[in-house]
Amino acid sequence: MALTPEQIQAAVAAKFGDAVGPLAPPAKDPFFTVKADRLLEVCRFLKAEPTLAFDFLEDVTATDHLKENQIKVVYHLFSYAHRHGVVIKVELDRAAPKVASLEPLWKTADWLEREVYDLFGVTFEGHPDMRRIMMPDDWVGHPLRKDYQEAGGYEDISNVRDSSLVEYRRMDDAVREAVEAKAKAAAPATPSTPLAPTGTVH
Amino acid sequence: MDELVIQKVGPVTDEEMILNMGPQHPSTHGVIRFVVKADGEIMKVAVPVVGYLHRAIEKIGEIVTFPQFMPYTDRADYLAAMFANEGYALAVEKLMGLDVPPRGQYCRAISCELNRIASHLVSVGTMGQDIGALTPFVHALRERESINDLIEELCGARLTYNYHRIGGVAFDVPDGWTDKCLRFCDHFDKILDEYDRLLTWNEIYVKRLAGMGIIPAAMAIDYGLVGPNLRGSGVDWDLRRDLPYGCYADFKFEIPVGKGWAGKVGDCFDRYYVRILEMRECTKIIRQAIEKLPPGDVMHPKVPKKMKPAAGEAWSRVESARGEMGYYVTADGVSEKAQRVRIRTGSFTAMGIVEPLSRGMMIADLVALIASLDVVAPEIDR
Amino acid sequence: MANDYAHDPGAGAQILTTRSNIVQEVFNMARKSSVWFLLFGLACCGIELMQTGGPRADLDRFGSVPRATPRQSDLMIVAGTLTYKMAIRCRLLYQQMPEPKYVLSMGSCATCGGLFQYSYSVVKGVDKIVPVDVYVPGCPPRPEALTEGFMRIQDLMMRERWKAKMRPNVQEKLGVQYNVPENV
Repeated sequence: MALTPEQIQAAVAAKFGDAVGPLAPPAKDPFFTVKADRLLEVCRFLKAEPTLAFDFLEDVTATDHLKENQIKVVYHLFSYAHRHGVVIKVELDRAAPKVASLEPLWKTADWLEREVYDLFGVTFEGHPDMRRIMMPDDWVGHPLRKDYQEAGGYEDISNVRDSSLVEYRRMDDAVREAVEAKAKAAAPATPSTPLAPTGTVH
Repeated sequence: MDELVIQKVGPVTDEEMILNMGPQHPSTHGVIRFVVKADGEIMKVAVPVVGYLHRAIEKIGEIVTFPQFMPYTDRADYLAAMFANEGYALAVEKLMGLDVPPRGQYCRAISCELNRIASHLVSVGTMGQDIGALTPFVHALRERESINDLIEELCGARLTYNYHRIGGVAFDVPDGWTDKCLRFCDHFDKILDEYDRLLTWNEIYVKRLAGMGIIPAAMAIDYGLVGPNLRGSGVDWDLRRDLPYGCYADFKFEIPVGKGWAGKVGDCFDRYYVRILEMRECTKIIRQAIEKLPPGDVMHPKVPKKMKPAAGEAWSRVESARGEMGYYVTADGVSEKAQRVRIRTGSFTAMGIVEPLSRGMMIADLVALIASLDVVAPEIDR
Repeated sequence: MANDYAHDPGAGAQILTTRSNIVQEVFNMARKSSVWFLLFGLACCGIELMQTGGPRADLDRFGSVPRATPRQSDLMIVAGTLTYKMAIRCRLLYQQMPEPKYVLSMGSCATCGGLFQYSYSVVKGVDKIVPVDVYVPGCPPRPEALTEGFMRIQDLMMRERWKAKMRPNVQEKLGVQYNVPENV
């Protein structure tokens, strides 16, 4: 039997008290917040309770809020049996965002949380394999943060596309410099009399 | 550069070897890489490495305005671009409070179902190609050309359509297009019989796929599989019937669910055959939609030029060819650009199931498994 | 037609050049009729590449078949967006192709980064990594456009001199040094 978001929030708040925030204004897609340290228990309750039975963790993602100095991790849960869904948010401090991993409950959290770690820098405690997933392993920074500054490129590939004229000219300069360098390396630095042959032909 | 993934694969004894499959490889699912620890032909584990097509589409969602983001959704899943467009349009319409007129919804349904056939054709054709059957792929491409022609007449593009817009669809159906569609549907039903004779019940094909990569229903739900992968494991769930959006409530169609037609429920053959049966249902839906196509506008009459939705967030789900695609769009109420756009795709979570399933399989079966899961690289990496 | 291909006569050259002209033409015609391309479909353009190899815009009628390995291919069609993570592999694949080799950059993402100019992980143009011979614009280019680009590569092949058929290594010609990984 499908429950409304208000009923779900009421059921969770009844069990966990003030670890659970009120339902956000139901203008569009209501959600409620859960305290970060109680997240695993709340989710265990959501999964195991027969009237709720959330067996499908649809999505784990995060949003970055510079003004409030928070990173909010958003969980979308759904129940196939009852056909209801719920949205939970966890508010984390931007300086050191850490929250428990939901991988013991839903195996799909494995990859979803790795993506949040890679792109936002949120560490999930208890995750079996906390590695970057999208970016190369030696990438610096967490790209989806609002204050992310791009480095000039990666390894030796620059990030900027100049106009083709600039790029060609750069290539021409490189060729000219290479030819000059080769000429300088080939011609010996010994002085020669004006009538004697120099020896190398360019 | 690769030390972390080698650590994950684990130490090798002197009878095992670590092989690298990809990111450039003949299987056409895109640039995905597998690091395989194998004892001869039998794999101990295969760890997928993704991110070779990570184009930062979600970050671009925060840089361009809401209507400007629509072409980027095409590239999030280029084989089923109509669904990607629709998902984003539904999410932003929820934020803005816009209703799509009925004719627009029917146009969306028709274009989406055509796109579903096209996507399944590629999926089925590449699956044959990965197994070794090179001919059915060319047949699939031939049919796909007809669909490309139809959609090109409708919206101008063959692959990345940008057809669904916020508030409706971009163009109305041209004259005579519906007759062409109906003729295509009649022609296509016969082609599916040809496909069954050519590929589906081919003995080699069945032997390669039956009983491989069995995913029980509970595991499929736990790992977050959606779409034909989930239905192939026996879970009877389809968003079009169970949580209808748009005008899908007006249509009557069946949902094929895996029954273990050639082996056990949830094996590679089930996932393949669910797609073949879904293509049959698509032609039914297209016929019903064309019959019932209502007159009127295709776009909401008052879509604002500058979209500044009030603060809030929206979560929309569409039943894409590859499963359920979810869009999470948040707006902060003051800016014309989204605060966050998140695309939840079926292929990303499907890759998560490869590692546990791969233990003990042969390398050739890994290829069959990936093909049956119908993953595309842009959906994984976005 | 013999005068279209310019070359130095050299000493005692008239008979020699007429002969070598015919040899050159036949040689180049044989080369251009069997261009095997590396299947390097990265993104959406890869699907249009497949469609170009499909029944309607058939690339096989040019004698061209797709190969999965760079060791057996003459042409690398970079179809799709190149990311930083993939760029190193693209360079490696190019270095693994035997001479004479050509690169066709298909689509706007391969040409200049395409519509992903704001992206932090996209290489803005594959010609930052490999030297490109023909650029085919489009997003994605129609099969007819890709066929036109392919025919331009064939024209390029016809214009080459057979004496110079072992095209000197691109690195030397350009005077630049691409980074070569140690284990290649």
